[in-house]
Amino acid sequence: MTLQSLAQILASGLLMGLIYALIAAGLSLIFGLMDVVNFAHGEFLMLAMYATFGIVVATALDPVLASPLVVGAMFVVGAFVYLAVIRFAMRARTNVGMVQVFATFGLGITIRGLAQHVFTPDYRSIQTSFLSGRTLDLGGVFLPLPQLFGGVLSCVSFVVLYFIIRRTDFGRALEATREDAGAVALAGIDKNRVFALGWGLGAALVGIAGSVMAIFYYIHPDVGTPFALIAYVTVALGGFGSIFGALAAGLLVGLVEAVSATLFSPSMKAIGIYAVYLVVVFFRPRGLFGNL
Amino acid sequence: MSAKLLEVRNVTRRFGGLVANSDVSLEVAKGEILGLIGPNGAGKSTLFNLIAGLYPPTRGNIVFAGRDITRLSAPARCALGIARTFQVVRSFDSMSVIENVVVGALMRHAGARQARYKALETLELTGLLARADGPAVELTPPEKRRLEIARALATEPELLLLDEALAGLTPSEAREGVELVRQIRDRGITIVMVEHVMEVVMPLVDRAVVLDLGKVLAQGLPNELVRDERVIEAYLGARHRAA
Amino acid sequence: MASRETASQGATATSSEPHIGLRATHQDIDHEASLIAFARRRHRQVAIAALAAVIFALLPLAIQDVYLQNILVLTLMYAALSQSWNILGGYCGQISLGHAIYFGIGAYMSTLLYTHAGVTPWVGMLAGGAFAALVALALGYPFFRLRGHYFTIATIVVAETGLLLVLNWDFAGGAQGVQIPYGPDSWAHLQFARDKLPYIYLALGLAVVSWLVTFVIEGSKWGYWWRAVKDNAEAAESLGVVVFRSKMAAAALSAFFTAVGGSFYAAFVSYIDPDSVMGFQFSLLIALPAVLGGIGTLWGPALGALVLIPMTELTRSYFGGSGSGIDLIIYGVLIMVIALARPEGLMSLFGGRPAARRGR
Repeated sequence: MTLQSLAQILASGLLMGLIYALIAAGLSLIFGLMDVVNFAHGEFLMLAMYATFGIVVATALDPVLASPLVVGAMFVVGAFVYLAVIRFAMRARTNVGMVQVFATFGLGITIRGLAQHVFTPDYRSIQTSFLSGRTLDLGGVFLPLPQLFGGVLSCVSFVVLYFIIRRTDFGRALEATREDAGAVALAGIDKNRVFALGWGLGAALVGIAGSVMAIFYYIHPDVGTPFALIAYVTVALGGFGSIFGALAAGLLVGLVEAVSATLFSPSMKAIGIYAVYLVVVFFRPRGLFGNL
Repeated sequence: MSAKLLEVRNVTRRFGGLVANSDVSLEVAKGEILGLIGPNGAGKSTLFNLIAGLYPPTRGNIVFAGRDITRLSAPARCALGIARTFQVVRSFDSMSVIENVVVGALMRHAGARQARYKALETLELTGLLARADGPAVELTPPEKRRLEIARALATEPELLLLDEALAGLTPSEAREGVELVRQIRDRGITIVMVEHVMEVVMPLVDRAVVLDLGKVLAQGLPNELVRDERVIEAYLGARHRAA
Repeated sequence: MASRETASQGATATSSEPHIGLRATHQDIDHEASLIAFARRRHRQVAIAALAAVIFALLPLAIQDVYLQNILVLTLMYAALSQSWNILGGYCGQISLGHAIYFGIGAYMSTLLYTHAGVTPWVGMLAGGAFAALVALALGYPFFRLRGHYFTIATIVVAETGLLLVLNWDFAGGAQGVQIPYGPDSWAHLQFARDKLPYIYLALGLAVVSWLVTFVIEGSKWGYWWRAVKDNAEAAESLGVVVFRSKMAAAALSAFFTAVGGSFYAAFVSYIDPDSVMGFQFSLLIALPAVLGGIGTLWGPALGALVLIPMTELTRSYFGGSGSGIDLIIYGVLIMVIALARPEGLMSLFGGRPAARRGR
């Protein structure tokens, strides 16, 4: 193994990791906000990918330009899902944990069925981006432009996320509502509004990831499931509720996956991630940065 | 002359940089009611938890019925005969009132039928028999307190640790509570009570230990402690210190 | 309140019956009456179960359609599986979404023992169950320190790891899976070419056994301890419950019966592959009937299976054939509706168990 091929593996792993981090951050945000694990998260990703595909097909826009539209659409989808579905799951008097798991699980299946119905199970792909098929040669390390674009978007998103959470009223409301929804209500902050916006934001993050991935992944109704699985592990690894834990864990997962794919067969690459998770969680039962 | 049931020997407990209990020593005689009092932040709850086995002391020993229990877990201590209630009531909400008590009764009665019988007896003693089959979560707060006590009693302890069991009660509820504590003692159970409400506690306990800032400030008979200047100072001072 | 001397204070009762001696007061008699009433309520449950079992035993004689009989087998099997899951998830409060691994262990173990060593599936079932229980114990050791979602994710990860390992294990057939060679009809080999009846009765047997086990547990020391641990582990410890040991017992029992179900399934379908018996979606399906029927209740899993499985199978055949996705939409919406409308589960329609008022 040459230094160059090692660098190649690490670079690909990091880029993919940044995308995993995005997906995980959306999940972590929602969880941290209201203790709900969204089992339809993979389907959100799939929706975003189809949305990108749909816009590209309908308007012949470059997917890169379609991305903001997709993100906006996903924001709306997320908020809508909260208001129309999740809000009722939160009203459960018992088993709140299990109710929302299976309510979102049912939601995921429904979305998958809808996608299958509207788009058929056929695999789709987008070849028409100006990024498609091009790579950047960085001293012998080849970085495919779509993935690079995704990595850049991810970094920007995390910076923006940081500002939103730490510096805006909304971000503070998010934190406060997470701490104590009851007290927050007394302060005049509408809990439902905060949660809906939180879900919107979480879905938007997935939207960013999905719109980029649509450029270099095949799109089909079941595409979200393996990524959802990785997202759950990433969030747990980073610590539920910690968004920057999601970033750190995402990078770690991306790297581990890239290394595992080379060490084992590509079909076994997930084993590296699982092994790392099991080891980490043995020593740190709440993940790397979790405190909930 | 009563045998020593519980000895706390030079116990210290640290949480990170905070010293919650410092070199605390006390003895509890078999059959007595001992009060553990002191202003807020004195370290009463910590000491209580140390005796109950929630966590081990940083230094020192705890001896129960002649046996060193310092390193024993809470379930093991329960098996030896130490039972406790929690300050913030922790009922088993998915179960009925009697089922809650059965959990405790199973400590000494392995068969569910015997345990249930024991639970019925205990509920009767604590005045909850009428609510036996109802959901535990629907009890009123004073009834929930009694459920805590019933549960602990069902384990047939020799030492019962009551954590602020009489706090926040109306005068008539407090009277009933005091009566219950006396009945428990009449059955031969030794009691250590953490309390804030002086007017209720002082007439009830045989002896009291006053904690302040993690240390034992004074111990002795209630009517002596009430007149002890250091004790008065600790309570008055605590109010000025207000956390 | 009349004070009573009680002989039992501090001593363990030595006889199996509570002692009512010469000084029996009317309280003793009241208590006895209360115990008898309780016992009667318990016996009523058994009577209902027996009745249900008889109905299901007679059902296949009335329903000759093979397709419907197939649904019956699956319904009963899922009832048994979900009931087993319920032991750990519902009673003990440890939500596992990786139970497919035990199912897979059962399926693969009995199948491989049969195809490679000619061992009868009956023994294979027990072997699979025992091995699954051991795996559960081994996993419990590091995992039971994990709380809530961390535990659940760990179970998912373990199941996925198991799936990947089997996928790449040639001896177990890898992605190709294992085909059980067809032979003549035989109880010893658990093979019946056309007749579904034996499978129905076997599945019924599994469902009945798992129900019985849960019933016995509910009235036993373990049942009370598990529920106490689920509600408030610290309080349970203060009452003498050794939390870790309780969880381990629940896990082993749950794994055992899930694996036995897996062995049954393998014999039923005669072909297994990793994705069908060990996938994450399958883990969710094992838990689903219990959650929708009423997690932690005696009848919840069976009720949930009765509603979900026929509906799933029927929508899939009527709507799902062309990949139109409509079956998924119906399925998904139904799950959402039940989860949101009846979060305590369908059992709450029947008054279930006393529902806790606070959400946790």
